[in-house]
Amino acid sequence: MTTESLPEHPDWLWRNPDPRPSYDVVIVGAGGHGLATAYYLAKNHGITNVAVLEKGWLAGGNMARNTTIIRSNYLWDESAAIYEHALKLWERLPEELDYDFLFSQRGVLNLAHTLQDVREGMRRVSANRLNGVDAEWLEPDEVAKVCPILNVSSRTRYPVLGGTFQPRAGIAKHDHVAWALARRADEMGVDLIQGCEVTGFLKDGDRVVGVETNRGRILAGRVGLAAAGHSSVLAERAGVRLPVQSHPLQALVSELHEPVHPTVVMSNHVHVYVSQAHKGELVMGAGVDSYNGYGQRGSFHVIEQQMAAAVELFPVFARAHVLRTWGGIVDVTPDASPIIGTTPVENLYVNCGWGTGGFKATPAAGWTFAHTIATGEPHPLNAPFALERFTTGALIDEHGAAAVAH
Amino acid sequence: MLLITCPWCGPRDETEYHYGGQAHVPYPENPADLTDEQWAEYVFYRDNPKGPFAERWMHSTGCRRWFNVLRDTASYEVLAAYRLDEPRPGGTR
Repeated sequence: MTTESLPEHPDWLWRNPDPRPSYDVVIVGAGGHGLATAYYLAKNHGITNVAVLEKGWLAGGNMARNTTIIRSNYLWDESAAIYEHALKLWERLPEELDYDFLFSQRGVLNLAHTLQDVREGMRRVSANRLNGVDAEWLEPDEVAKVCPILNVSSRTRYPVLGGTFQPRAGIAKHDHVAWALARRADEMGVDLIQGCEVTGFLKDGDRVVGVETNRGRILAGRVGLAAAGHSSVLAERAGVRLPVQSHPLQALVSELHEPVHPTVVMSNHVHVYVSQAHKGELVMGAGVDSYNGYGQRGSFHVIEQQMAAAVELFPVFARAHVLRTWGGIVDVTPDASPIIGTTPVENLYVNCGWGTGGFKATPAAGWTFAHTIATGEPHPLNAPFALERFTTGALIDEHGAAAVAH
Repeated sequence: MLLITCPWCGPRDETEYHYGGQAHVPYPENPADLTDEQWAEYVFYRDNPKGPFAERWMHSTGCRRWFNVLRDTASYEVLAAYRLDEPRPGGTR
């Protein structure tokens, strides 16, 4: 692995306009998903009279708080289709957006530590291949070849019994992804409005016609919600109840180290996931806190457990120092799959419930959500992810492939 | 880390407990009469407030009994802990 230098910033990123009185489309939430939605509304559908409203600052929520992992090795057909679409978009986005956001296809290893993990992993490799997703099953010695610093000895508490490997998976520099999308969306006429909190919805009967904000009323032909952890709080203001629960999910980084970790390693069982950022920080995540919360911080015992797991898997990390920890708020659905589609309120659309895995889906979430907003109908890729599935029972249970306990 | 007071054992660290989600969700009185929408509501839809929330916890490494906690999901302040046969302090549900 070579250390790449960070890309130069362009001379300008985006304008900082005041909100206009009305737009064809208002997107709530200027995170990765909101920005990607605006970008594809403009690019794929020619809809540029669009505002993206952000209560804080652009891409300062979960987009700035994730572990930047990109992969598409999900179990079910519906998930494989949408995440693989995302991965294919990731592969061409740096060129399309003319912005190097350091998308690095260094692969992802999902480790197996129990017989059941092994069976689940092998099953998922087969399912992935049937869906055209690159996947391999690796024995412990092959795992060690991919990531030499991994401890694959049989003398650990939870020995590595093998792992799935997706070579096309990887990481990207999350902030730069957001800025790249924002710059292009802005260029095409989209207004990105920061410090603009949606406090209510304007409705005409059962139809949404705009939003109330701390910067005044904004009329909108259609409104799309992309507010991650706060989706249910926001939807409730529009009279829509969502089957999501918000939980803190935390991550941490170490101080900078020389390149030692060539891939991404995830473990469901001992529960840590690690990659090394381009600058050299070890980036680590764990599971969500069990309880509901909006506090953007997590419990200390979760860090303790993830560090214990990391040091057992990577003895070389034992003397690394933690530099910084932080938390994001993830909206978790009962089947660990997202909700993208229409709502009972006309002209109100929702993209939420990505739980712990929204970053990797950013381009596909934007692509399908833009389609749904532009046409009023779901794209074939997001049709299975409708709110109605909780009534019909057609759940897409991805708790296993979601890889993070939630 | 949360400090939660078990009604039987007293104040203990969060790590001694297991979380059980929203409290005061009664089993349907006449299950056979429920529509699909009502079943969906009962099985999958829970409140998710930013603020006070009544939730269930179980003292799994102590007395192993379930009880309710009123907790603020924004500040994480534990406002009350009470037995299952007691009403939510100071309010509805």
